[in-house]
Amino acid sequence: MKTNPITRKATRHISQNEGLIFEKSSPGKAAWKLPPLDVPEVDTAKLLGKQERKDLGNMPEVSEIEIIRHFTRLSTWNYAIDLGMYPLGSCTMKYNPRVNEFVARVEGLANGHPYQAEKISQGALRIMKTLSDCLLEITGMDAITLQPAAGAQGELTGLLMVRAYHESKGNARKKILIPDSAHGTNPATAATVGYAVENLKSNDRGMVDVAALAAQMNEDVAALMVTNPNTLGVFEQEIHKIADLLHEKGGLLYMDGANMNALVAKARPGDFGVDVMHLNLHKTFSTPHGGGGPGSGPVAVKKMLAPFLPTPVVITKPDGTLGFEYNRPQSVGRVRAFYGNFGMFIRALAYIFANGPDGLRQTTEDAVLNANYIRKGLEGTFDLPYDTPSMHEVVFSDKLQSKKGVKTMDLAKRLIDYGFHPYTTAFPLIVPGALMIEPTESEPKEELDLFIEAMKSIAEEVEEDPQYVLDAPHNARISRLDETAAARKPVLRWKPETSNP
Amino acid sequence: MLQAIGIRSVDELFAPIPAEYRLSRDLTIPRQMAESEIVDWFKQRAKENGEGYTSFLGAGAYFHYRPVVIDALVQRGEFLTSYTPYQAEFAQGTLQAIFEFQTMISELTGMDLANASMYDGSTGAAEAVMMAVRVTGRQTAVIARNLHPEYREVLNTYATHQEIPQKLVSYTDSGTIDLKELEAAVDGDTACVLIQSPNFFGTIEDIEAIADIAHKKGALLIVSIAEAASLGIVEPPRQADIVAMEAQSFGVPLGFGGPYCGVLATKEKFVRQMPGRLAGQTVDKNGKRGFVLTLATREQHIRREKATSNICTNQALVALMVNIFMTVYGKVGLRELAKQNLAKTVYAAEQFDKHAKVLFAGAPRFNEFVVQTSEDPYAINSRLLGHKIVGGLPLKKFYPELGNAALWCCTELTTRSMIDTAVGLVAESERSVRTMKDVEPEEVAR
Repeated sequence: MKTNPITRKATRHISQNEGLIFEKSSPGKAAWKLPPLDVPEVDTAKLLGKQERKDLGNMPEVSEIEIIRHFTRLSTWNYAIDLGMYPLGSCTMKYNPRVNEFVARVEGLANGHPYQAEKISQGALRIMKTLSDCLLEITGMDAITLQPAAGAQGELTGLLMVRAYHESKGNARKKILIPDSAHGTNPATAATVGYAVENLKSNDRGMVDVAALAAQMNEDVAALMVTNPNTLGVFEQEIHKIADLLHEKGGLLYMDGANMNALVAKARPGDFGVDVMHLNLHKTFSTPHGGGGPGSGPVAVKKMLAPFLPTPVVITKPDGTLGFEYNRPQSVGRVRAFYGNFGMFIRALAYIFANGPDGLRQTTEDAVLNANYIRKGLEGTFDLPYDTPSMHEVVFSDKLQSKKGVKTMDLAKRLIDYGFHPYTTAFPLIVPGALMIEPTESEPKEELDLFIEAMKSIAEEVEEDPQYVLDAPHNARISRLDETAAARKPVLRWKPETSNP
Repeated sequence: MLQAIGIRSVDELFAPIPAEYRLSRDLTIPRQMAESEIVDWFKQRAKENGEGYTSFLGAGAYFHYRPVVIDALVQRGEFLTSYTPYQAEFAQGTLQAIFEFQTMISELTGMDLANASMYDGSTGAAEAVMMAVRVTGRQTAVIARNLHPEYREVLNTYATHQEIPQKLVSYTDSGTIDLKELEAAVDGDTACVLIQSPNFFGTIEDIEAIADIAHKKGALLIVSIAEAASLGIVEPPRQADIVAMEAQSFGVPLGFGGPYCGVLATKEKFVRQMPGRLAGQTVDKNGKRGFVLTLATREQHIRREKATSNICTNQALVALMVNIFMTVYGKVGLRELAKQNLAKTVYAAEQFDKHAKVLFAGAPRFNEFVVQTSEDPYAINSRLLGHKIVGGLPLKKFYPELGNAALWCCTELTTRSMIDTAVGLVAESERSVRTMKDVEPEEVAR
């Protein structure tokens, strides 16, 4: 019925088809050239014997222009922050400044070897130290490791330290309390560290139920993992009471810093009772998501946890130079080789420099302002399951639209036709049919208005022609993919077609 | 906007934070800087960071040439600034690229399939061990001592609370794993044998023999590969059950240790125990080929505490660098590249052997070798630094039994004149130490 809906952002344009790189390969094509060998040639068969590889199988042979076109064409099939708003809740898809990319590629930093002598590593060490100092000031914590490769590894590191701390007191304890609104990595991490997971119910305002916590808290509890603001975008107002309840029984308060974008320069976890937390540099500090990584998950702790930090830690030596300290007998050990995702440290620090104290405060204010603007714009059109004030993100539900059989995922797919990436669907688990929206500070009012208009327009479509929404997307390169078939009989790699099928 | 929301000031939005926790002062961090100042600051730091030095370091981080098309392509905003491709219709570019990555990694490692990436080679190896424990239902891991020492440290951290006891197996005087000791270590409780090849000393392991020992007792064989470039000329570990690889050599900058690109590859029958994201091929409603993230029921966002791993974010953009690198060099180039690495290393090892002792000559090697000197390698390196040369990695910290030994590395970027200069300087110090020995043997022995 509605064949030509109003689309203010998206329009038709040529999109090119492109096969797999293997389908373009033919013998003799090449995009590489090596300099002439300045040492004697070697007889590989003699040197390697049966270890010599004779065939590289189906590796491609293509020319440089084909490579450029191949990946450029593929890239045009992606949505990206550079194309518009990415309203993914709890993912903090903010603008990735290009100066970050530029400075990360400066020769001495990009080519620094992790094992080069400290004497010629002062630049890298200074970057690590400066970033550490900034992050400690931002979080209000006492000590930090930059080593974890991503948020989930930060959680792992944090919980390993929690465990080591309790063991040093003679009892590792048995379980971790996790609110039912938490991200899936929280329980997965607790299990990795050998703790049992106990769920903690949220109250009718979407916050940790303090009475339930008091009832569940005992000396078997090693820590509570809380996200603040939580995944509903709600600040845990009784956070200090929560901390006190934990601390009274010797437990620790772990904060998942996924939503730190709501707090930077406005409130510090170290001031409201948090003992250990991780940050996601690829969320709060603008390092790019790159289609799923790399991340970086520094872990900041209070003083009593400092002895347990992974090795090595950056220290200032008596002569004023910086170095790595390895001799830390109480350390939980290494969580990865070398020192962490150093390239992300550079980008995060460049972001902090570009903002300074004023800029960071403004950033947080704008992020919260933008979320509340969307909330106001869509209130009434979509069901708001919790009317508790929102910080940097807002969670609606599909309650009104599901009466017509249209679920959050369907609405999200239709949003693609309007030129927006879908919001986070079906999370947090405590909201059935959740629409979780986080605009970040990067979005100008014009983009927010387009988004609100798109969402309202989709809601109207649901009333008029729900099937049209159910069949979305209509303008994407491909329609909805058969995920069940993909999982039932997985095809995880290309294989050449055989002559005898 | 304030008006639309119905508030007077933005402060009202922060009212949910109890007043006593609201920060009423400026953060004590550096002031806001202009772009030009930011660029200056980092260029200064780069100057303090070994810019312009020639390096012979390897040991899990290799200096190979990075074709310029890599950065030209990965800096396209559609790759750089896109999210994890959960919404497949809007992320086909990333998904198809992952599918191609998985295919090429499978081809190169000789495995049936590969995942979309892990954090790095060290965590990949640790995850592979945990995977083997799930597959076999056994608990013990047998680990080669010539596996990268930092990989072993990471494994220790991961394994401690999984209650996975480890047995270490030593190396022979060819630098490769001691097969007799290995045979004695593997028993009915062994979940896996984890080795590295080329190993930390640069020598190539006899995968077939090791696989036989592991498989005879029903254990899995995990092969860690830290130098991916070796796969161009060294037979891949086809007899392994899991390959845990660090793909940094394929177009990823050294970057002072990260971000790198771990990846796991395995046999088809183990796929449901594999951690990490997987892209799979499927069709849309109209029968058109497309790609999705699949088998998500293994992962934390679905299974929570019962997931195969807690991994979420991976190394997608770095995997794309690896992907482009593999595409540029391809079937022929990867072999030629590896041959150059081999030739430079053979030349360098021969030169060093004239003046010092090159250890572990009994097994073939790829692009690293251990040089034993009379003098402490830290002292040698300190002198080399004066000539803007970064010498090999002293091994005392990790393998005290090797004495004054250092691990040297050559790649296609190491020139003959660089090798000759370094060898000359090492030879000079060796001569002077020997002369001193003749004069005052006791003092030197101290």
